[in-house]
Amino acid sequence: MTHEAPLKTVDFGLFSLTFNLSTVMMLLVAAVIVFLIAVISTRNLKLKPTGMQNFMEWIMDFVKNIIKSNMDWKTGGRFHILGITLIMFIAVSNLLGLPFSIAYDHTLWWKSPTADPTVTMTLAAMILVLTHYYGIKMKGTGHYVGTFFKPMSFMFPLKIVEEFANTLTLGLRLYGNIYAGEILLGLLAGLASTGAMGFIGAIIPTMAWQGFSIFIGFIQAFIFTMLTMVYMAHKVSDDH
Amino acid sequence: MFLDYLVLGAGTGFNGGDIVSTLVIFLLLMVLLKKFAWGPLMGIMQQREELVASEIEAAEKARKDSHQFLEEQKSLLKEARTEAQSIVESAKKQGEVQKEEILTAARNEANRLKESALREIESEKEKAIAAVRDEVVSLSVLAASKVLSKEISEADNRALIEETIAKAGEAR
Repeated sequence: MTHEAPLKTVDFGLFSLTFNLSTVMMLLVAAVIVFLIAVISTRNLKLKPTGMQNFMEWIMDFVKNIIKSNMDWKTGGRFHILGITLIMFIAVSNLLGLPFSIAYDHTLWWKSPTADPTVTMTLAAMILVLTHYYGIKMKGTGHYVGTFFKPMSFMFPLKIVEEFANTLTLGLRLYGNIYAGEILLGLLAGLASTGAMGFIGAIIPTMAWQGFSIFIGFIQAFIFTMLTMVYMAHKVSDDH
Repeated sequence: MFLDYLVLGAGTGFNGGDIVSTLVIFLLLMVLLKKFAWGPLMGIMQQREELVASEIEAAEKARKDSHQFLEEQKSLLKEARTEAQSIVESAKKQGEVQKEEILTAARNEANRLKESALREIESEKEKAIAAVRDEVVSLSVLAASKVLSKEISEADNRALIEETIAKAGEAR
């Protein structure tokens, strides 16, 4: 059941970094898949869209609506590309671990990259840093600092806690959902491999859980993008 | 111990490399997608938006134009109708006048013809009466001369007969 992670530490002289090779590989796979989907569907762009172009435009409009529900399109337009990339990357990442997982020599190689807390926390932290960056850039330092003392100055500690809580919940929600899904799939797969009866017994729950996990994968990608825009709107919009 | 591997970060430790690679891969993906996919797609969507806007504008303009054209046509039609009416009206009037003229001309002509016919008849009658009178005189002369068989000269005879006839004419 338990698999080792293929860790590799690279020494850069002054410091050393530990890489989880499976996570890096899966990130690359997800990125390549997203890139291929996006590029293939945007070949032969036409004014009258057909096939995959329709799908891509639907995604763009979907993200556009997410942003519009949180802030002005004039301020939110610059986050469009971030939003589309996020939602597609996370959705694809979530789905990657569903059909199978590959373990070789007790080392887990194929899984969802988002089933790794490091990845999700990195994404969440990146989003939070971006919100602060845009908060300062678009509203000025004074306004940015002022938001920590609104509506009352005694709210300051809570505001600080909120920032950390936002980051943690954003990252861990995604991680927890996907990781739990993979654990249950792993348990069901273990049940299926115990024998003929186990296989028959595992078929239906596995199918149900895979279907549910597909749903969860898309929902989590949507939630992540939605919350990104909510946090962004907190920092860059006039009043919220 | 069965749940040990569920503990967050258990067995993974702090993977600085994962953080770096996640960031690098995600940002690289975003940049590449912006260049190769989202940029062109947004461009085409923008273009379509503009196209639709301009089409709507053109349609609006065409509608306005056609409306104006229709109004123009309507007024022209109205004008033409009143003109036609006036033409018919004047034609009718003219026809009336012409009819009167023709009628009077015809009446005059008929009168004239009648007059001349009457005059001719009168003169013919005069002529006929004169001819008959001559004929009667010569016949009477012939008859009388035959009756008297040359006892009286023709000149006396004639005077006698003419006297008789004149008497007869007076008596009548």
